[in-house]
Amino acid sequence: MPDNDISMPTTPVLTAKDFASDQEPKWCPGCGDHAVLQQLKNVMPDLGLPPEEIVFISGIGCSSRLPYYMATYGVHGIHGRALPMASGLKTARPELSVWVATGDGDALSIGGNHFIHTLRRNLDLNVVLFNNEIYGLTKGQYSPTTKLGLKTVTSPNGVIDHPFNTAALTLGSGGTFFARAMDRDGKLLRSILLRAAQHKGTSLVEIYQNCPIFNNSAFEAFAGQENKDERTVYVENGMPLVFGKFRQKGIRLDGSTPVVVDLSKGDFSENDLWIHNERDIFKANLLARFFDDPLTVENFLPRPFGVFYVEDRMSYEEALIAQIGLAQKKGEGTLEELLKGDNSYKIK
Amino acid sequence: MSEPISSTSKHTVTPKSSVSVLFAGDSGDGMQLTGTQFANTVAVYGADLNTFPNFPSEIRAPAGTISGVSGFQLQFGSKPVYTPGARFDVMVAMNAAALKANIKDLHRGGIIVACTEGFDEKNLKLSGYPDGANPLEDGSLSNYIVLQVPVLQLTREALKETGLSNKEIDRCKNMFVLGLLYWMYNLPIDITTEMLHSKFGKNSAIAEANIRAIKAGYYFGDETEIFANLGRFDISPSKQHGLYRRVTGNEACAIGLTAAAMKAGLKLFLGSYPITPATEILQTLAKFKKFGVKTFQAEDEIAGVVTSIGAAYGGALAATNTSGPGLALKTEALGLAVILELPLVVINVQRGGPSTGLPTKPEQSDLMMAMYGRHGDAPMPIVAASSPVDCFYATYEAARIAIEHMTPVMCLTDGYLALSSEPWKVETGEHLADIKAGIMPERNPEDLPFLPYKRDERLVRPWAIPGTRGLEHRIGGLEKQHETGHVSHDPDNHEFMTRMRAEKIEKIADHIPLQTIDNGPENGDLLVLGWGSSYGAIKTAVEQAIEKGHSVAHAHLRYLNPFPKNLAELMSRYKKVLIPENNNGQLVHLIRDKYLFAPVSFTKVKGLPFNEMEILEKITDIIKEL
Repeated sequence: MPDNDISMPTTPVLTAKDFASDQEPKWCPGCGDHAVLQQLKNVMPDLGLPPEEIVFISGIGCSSRLPYYMATYGVHGIHGRALPMASGLKTARPELSVWVATGDGDALSIGGNHFIHTLRRNLDLNVVLFNNEIYGLTKGQYSPTTKLGLKTVTSPNGVIDHPFNTAALTLGSGGTFFARAMDRDGKLLRSILLRAAQHKGTSLVEIYQNCPIFNNSAFEAFAGQENKDERTVYVENGMPLVFGKFRQKGIRLDGSTPVVVDLSKGDFSENDLWIHNERDIFKANLLARFFDDPLTVENFLPRPFGVFYVEDRMSYEEALIAQIGLAQKKGEGTLEELLKGDNSYKIK
Repeated sequence: MSEPISSTSKHTVTPKSSVSVLFAGDSGDGMQLTGTQFANTVAVYGADLNTFPNFPSEIRAPAGTISGVSGFQLQFGSKPVYTPGARFDVMVAMNAAALKANIKDLHRGGIIVACTEGFDEKNLKLSGYPDGANPLEDGSLSNYIVLQVPVLQLTREALKETGLSNKEIDRCKNMFVLGLLYWMYNLPIDITTEMLHSKFGKNSAIAEANIRAIKAGYYFGDETEIFANLGRFDISPSKQHGLYRRVTGNEACAIGLTAAAMKAGLKLFLGSYPITPATEILQTLAKFKKFGVKTFQAEDEIAGVVTSIGAAYGGALAATNTSGPGLALKTEALGLAVILELPLVVINVQRGGPSTGLPTKPEQSDLMMAMYGRHGDAPMPIVAASSPVDCFYATYEAARIAIEHMTPVMCLTDGYLALSSEPWKVETGEHLADIKAGIMPERNPEDLPFLPYKRDERLVRPWAIPGTRGLEHRIGGLEKQHETGHVSHDPDNHEFMTRMRAEKIEKIADHIPLQTIDNGPENGDLLVLGWGSSYGAIKTAVEQAIEKGHSVAHAHLRYLNPFPKNLAELMSRYKKVLIPENNNGQLVHLIRDKYLFAPVSFTKVKGLPFNEMEILEKITDIIKEL
């Protein structure tokens, strides 16, 4: 090819639209899933990968329809099994970018066992957990994250199952990345999805996702403009935990106990506050325990959003590849070696 | 290095064509190791052999009791042997419980080598003999040749100067017995001594003690008077010249999967969860990293199969192995594999069921589950292995069908095949069937839409793997539209796709060999139609029936779904068809269902394989009534 050939193909710059499949999303109007889908499409071009190297895997539930709407490879699997499906694919094909779309029922109830084991293995997967605190696709039964007392079709007298705390469960399972986002906060969601993609290990992104039909306003306590400021705290690495409409409140560690302090009275300044360190597992564990319901707890701690914890740990597939590399130091075994084995004997 | 050993005895050496030996003792007595070493020596010596370990499901059942008895049975011969022997000719009984548990299967006139210390008051009581009764002394064994050997005492004497602890010395008693058996059958000891040296190192005190015990046992044969009348025996080598290896069924499955992947140019992935008696497949493949094999020990049976489906989507030869209860857990995912139309090999090492059943005992009772055990109309090809070595060929064939026909395939073995072993003349790669993976090449994304469910003339869809430009597509468990693979709830499409999936499996019959007769006349009085691990017993029984002049043939099914196309015609050439099965009658149902034809069912559900005598007796009964 001549040097001056200007028609030489170049890598096209991809946009969010290039990642939209020809299928129309079938989620209800107003469902938080639409917003998450949009941010996923927005973040895809930033991966710098062609669509054929990206795979979306899901289980069963409303959010698990997501792969159909992405112009990448995708498998819509069976209930609860998105994580093993993704684990098998990633182990077989470590070079692919593997994403998982799952819900609170799919990941934490029927797939609960896979959830904890995938996290401890730390395969390089990006797991997007749509938590709407309800079973949507089966029409409104309570899920393992539904708040105590909520009346649903299967809890007419109120839920009596204590809900899971996804953050604590993730860290307790040995997870190496946990972040929380709100469906309608597109900017934060996008930045977190990008961080998740960059993390080499299992990235768990919990998204508070509104189900307008069966559990509307489940997160209103944290989502409304007024509520958001006073009841949530955005954690950013190296920055103090400050919140409130006028940034007038902060979190201070009193020994190992987090307490809310008023910055406006002059007793405490930002220098006295807890500085977020996303590499600190002890602090991350405390942060995960910020799980108060502001509607029922008087001196509640605000609900944290952002990246809680990041740890660099060798991924499962890297370790496996290293072992295979070691075993093949003197070359890959041949079919004849396999068939001969190492205990063969000659009969003369 | 130990000096070569030779017998100085003047004992007679009687040639024999075959012999079956049982090593039985407490599960802590090292009988599996003893039997394995004996088998290794016999194999290298060049005799044909077949081994079968029989041990309790508890790791250490109470010592001295019947439930703690562990056995290792083998038959070796100067002619081909297909089973470990219906009954044994020689029994090593390390204690009273071992004798009591196994005496019923010793041939009348058979030899008992009894370790006398295992018949003390405590052992007699633990094994449930009445107070004061000792079978070695009360004449109850008068139909057998009883050789009483104070094994423990002789081992202690031989090893007293080794500086080992009493406990360590006592643990060598199984090697004393091994040495004695080598002497009895005129076999060399150096194969075992070399193994001990390579395992423990040249200067290991443990290795030296074990070797000293073997020699003590060997020379005891020479010196003692108890063999004066019996003498020694000799079995001449039967195997042709060549390179051999000995494999168990589970090892053969692991090798078969790996060979199929290599031949197809794919990487092997095994998703698995440990379960008796299938675990050694995972264990063996975990050691095959040199061959690029990836094993994934999953958190449960479900993850075992689902990781494999994920790997299959990614273009690997994916497999999962399990046993009955595990297969039950995998069935939902197998439905997914059927609708995704991805290649997957499922090895089900059957065991006694239902539920935990008899986890260490073989059975053939998952055939119905393999055939029908899924939700929806979800047909799946089934192949079955007939011997430990055949586990290689059956697994290889399962992989070939899976890859070439884009379908999950069930490969049935059982606990008997899984743990039994036999010599295998080393196979060469060029003799193995080619396997062609239909992996779709990349294409221009601007071309016409890619159709992931467009079928070829065999109704097989392409294998489109991630990373391939222009083939991006989404598939899932929801019903798919013909050709496009898009989600479709259209009633006509569902019926069409259901029939397509069934027809695709039926069409595999065009790509498998016709059923052949293994042994016996091409038509006649009786056809014994078997499948799975009963091969050896049926083969031997039919050989004997033919020798007696009966018109009996043996055919053994490799393919249980779809059946070979000529099966009905083949069965029609005999007056009667007998189907022996280690279940309550399952193949018989399938045959009746498919061909409206009623074979004679012969079933055994004892957690034990058939033996040739049982089948021969049944054959004789049927022939008599014709």
